[in-house]
Amino acid sequence: MSGLQVVFLIVAVVTLFSGVMVVASRKMMHSALWLIMTLLGVAILFATLQAGFFAIVQVLVYIGAISILIIFTLMLTRRVMDEETTQVIKGWWLPALMAVILFGLLAGLLATWEDFQGMLNELPADVENLAAFGTALVNPAGYVIPFEVASILLLAALVGAIYIAMERKEKAE
Amino acid sequence: MIPLSWYLIAAAALFCIGLFGVLSRKNAVSILMSVELMLNAVNINLVAFWHYHTQLQGTSQIAPQVFVAMVFIVAAAEVAVGLALIISAYRRRETPVVDEMTLLKG
Repeated sequence: MSGLQVVFLIVAVVTLFSGVMVVASRKMMHSALWLIMTLLGVAILFATLQAGFFAIVQVLVYIGAISILIIFTLMLTRRVMDEETTQVIKGWWLPALMAVILFGLLAGLLATWEDFQGMLNELPADVENLAAFGTALVNPAGYVIPFEVASILLLAALVGAIYIAMERKEKAE
Repeated sequence: MIPLSWYLIAAAALFCIGLFGVLSRKNAVSILMSVELMLNAVNINLVAFWHYHTQLQGTSQIAPQVFVAMVFIVAAAEVAVGLALIISAYRRRETPVVDEMTLLKG
């Protein structure tokens, strides 16, 4: 086993364990901190795939922005749930069974694919070619339409979020 | 080097963990966190296939990178709107529990 495989296995085990703790923690704040651990593990997985740009974006967007938003929301809504003995619904075994069955189906389906055992070889160091990626995003022959639609979606979502979360004094009476 | 299958299995496991969280947690914020797990699992798959495809073709493939960027953008938009909705509903009902959010019931 090569060094990179050992790194992958350690990171994958830590990531999956943190993922389980996200859905299993009783305290919401612990759950959010485990989520940050999971996101960091995913960033390291991106780095092992030589997608350094997306590893950095993962840290910036997910850990820097999204988890901070989640923690803020937890602090604004924390009062009720902290005394609860359980965070999951009564028939939690049914979703657990479904998740296990889905995992079995996915693994079985993937195993029938002929390239499933393909090896990921090391690519040249400059393979990511961010200049070409950036050019393709603003090139009319490339991906400018999806890029602009995504920009408008993000803008609309942020304006909508501000509008929804805004406290309206006249309604508070 | 690392087999492609390891990434696919790890991503499938992370996706199923997220699915369990979405279906079983009571708190709306927990459900959003589980959705984040599922989106991350999808991103691992996309980046792994980007690597594999690039390796087969010899040059960097743009389309998978665009897909990953789209998933990031949609995840950010979804979290912003979702958390705003949760805060807004919490202000009315003083509860983050999904079962008790019945504001839309006639």
